[in-house]
Amino acid sequence: MSQPTAQPLTGRLIFEKGTRESRCIEPPALDVPEIDLAEALDGAVRAEPPALAAVTEVDIARHYEHLASANFGVDTGFYPLGSCTMKYNAKVAEQACRLPGFAGAHPYQPEETAQGVLELMAGLADALAEVAGFPAVTLAPAAGAHGELTALMCFRAYHAANGDPRRRVIIPDSAHGTNPATVAMCGYEVTTVPSDARGGVDMDALRATLDTDVAALMLTNPNTLGLFDENILAITEAVHAVGALAYCDGANLNAILGKSRPGDMGFDALHINLHKTFGTPHGGGGPGAGPVCVTDALAPYLPGPLVERRDDGTFGLTWPERSIGRVRSFLGNVGVLVRAYAYIRALGGDGLAAVSEQAVLSANYLKERLRGAYELPYDRTCMHEFVLSGRRLRKEHGVRTLDVAKRLLDYGIHPPTVYFPLIVEEAIMIEPTETEGLETLDRFAEVMLRIAEEAAENPDLLHEAPLTTPVRRLDEARAVKQPDLAWRPDA
Amino acid sequence: MYPKDLKYDKEHEWVKVEGDVVTIGISHFAQDQLGEVVYVDLPSVGDAVTAGETFGEIESVKSVSELFSPVTGEIIEVNDGLSDAPEVVNEDPYGDGWMIKVSLGDTAELDELMAAEEYEAFVSEEA
Repeated sequence: MSQPTAQPLTGRLIFEKGTRESRCIEPPALDVPEIDLAEALDGAVRAEPPALAAVTEVDIARHYEHLASANFGVDTGFYPLGSCTMKYNAKVAEQACRLPGFAGAHPYQPEETAQGVLELMAGLADALAEVAGFPAVTLAPAAGAHGELTALMCFRAYHAANGDPRRRVIIPDSAHGTNPATVAMCGYEVTTVPSDARGGVDMDALRATLDTDVAALMLTNPNTLGLFDENILAITEAVHAVGALAYCDGANLNAILGKSRPGDMGFDALHINLHKTFGTPHGGGGPGAGPVCVTDALAPYLPGPLVERRDDGTFGLTWPERSIGRVRSFLGNVGVLVRAYAYIRALGGDGLAAVSEQAVLSANYLKERLRGAYELPYDRTCMHEFVLSGRRLRKEHGVRTLDVAKRLLDYGIHPPTVYFPLIVEEAIMIEPTETEGLETLDRFAEVMLRIAEEAAENPDLLHEAPLTTPVRRLDEARAVKQPDLAWRPDA
Repeated sequence: MYPKDLKYDKEHEWVKVEGDVVTIGISHFAQDQLGEVVYVDLPSVGDAVTAGETFGEIESVKSVSELFSPVTGEIIEVNDGLSDAPEVVNEDPYGDGWMIKVSLGDTAELDELMAAEEYEAFVSEEA
């Protein structure tokens, strides 16, 4: 045996552990008549047994325990990932969705036996409508980007019904990448408009490109720079003046709860990321929920079925008159909806407004502590997040934003979003969220200031970071070019 | 960093003129800003390109960006080597990292482009 080491966390896959003879269960002896498998399956029986993992029970437990301990989540440490909003998921919401009536509900059970779930969905739709300022809501989309797609499909159906199909959708250059992807998926063409010096939409450029071929504008407000667009009413008015629709990417709704409403800003539709605004889990890619709110004019096109509150006080399912159809099986990811409803009811209206106040205060606090050590290209009071630039560190010390991000890992902090939005060079996008206490914010600020000092004193330290993590710096270029995604027994 | 025999545009492409054929790639500044290039999507021989319009995409570990043609004309050769070795764009942006060769439609377009000194001044403002 070579040097003693603690078992490396990332060493081996479960398939590489144990021996072919390792077993963790002994099935009981056969006590039913044996049938001929080959005959029963019409010959579709594999000749070789599958290469399943073969380990002892305790080794399975250890394997997953090690993986779990190598994971980093918001319950592990600070996770200020701008735009993504890695806020704490309240445990009370987890409890709520595990109540047997919700957890055990089945999509095929008769409506009259699922009144509780349906009432909750109707209540959630009402709450979202009130928060966002729209009359109609679908809870079906399974994620924010899915909500975007749903809304643009409704836009398409609306323009088609008016005999006025249009070709273009306008998107600012600070937008999330999902916006142009949605546009392309819907068969429209993207027109990009630049941002002005204050980080909002360049009004002259917008007016210059608006014509009757524009189907919609997609805008995030507050935008990805964490700035509220001061011209929002003029923007939606100009869009409507050419017969186009205004779509709000609601990714940043968590900054304006109880303060301002996209419906009142003149938007025609909005998606809401329940995980960003209402504290549901990100879920590692799913399940999520991206409800869509729309105006009365667009309500007939919403996907179905919708939950309806009937005159006799019961709840049932209904289809909008000119519905674009289903966008998700059954009623969407209902477990996520239960969590969001629990979050909303636990906080109430005043509590939701306090969420946004705290998120905005925390972001501005960090912004003020970090200005100076890092550049602040759009120097305005921010909303729930802000974007720094590492340009000067790069110029003066040859230290890139990527190096700063990697160094944060050594301090046990998940790096913020980097290199987004694209209009900020060496961007560092920080979103502390409302759930972090002052002690955590102060420690993060001190670590960021310390890293800026390290960049000057010992740039190579940052180039080599992280030094303390289970794996060191990964070859990101090779990961893209030669992705090795599947384990094969003979590889 | 900015060879004198090339011309440059504001989208950070360079152009090498040889008769009525031009070779196009991206500048040292552009590859440095992008970081490690992992994928280059180029058009095919025979495709038309238009000055100021996109002719392809370049993806780095940081982002995906569009490639803008500085000139109008027809593509007569494409650097196929970049599909297997896109990192050459970082290693040798003005040599083996070239992207397309275009048969020029209108040589007057070349007058719109910047000389090396002008381009260097332009990027020092951006940086």
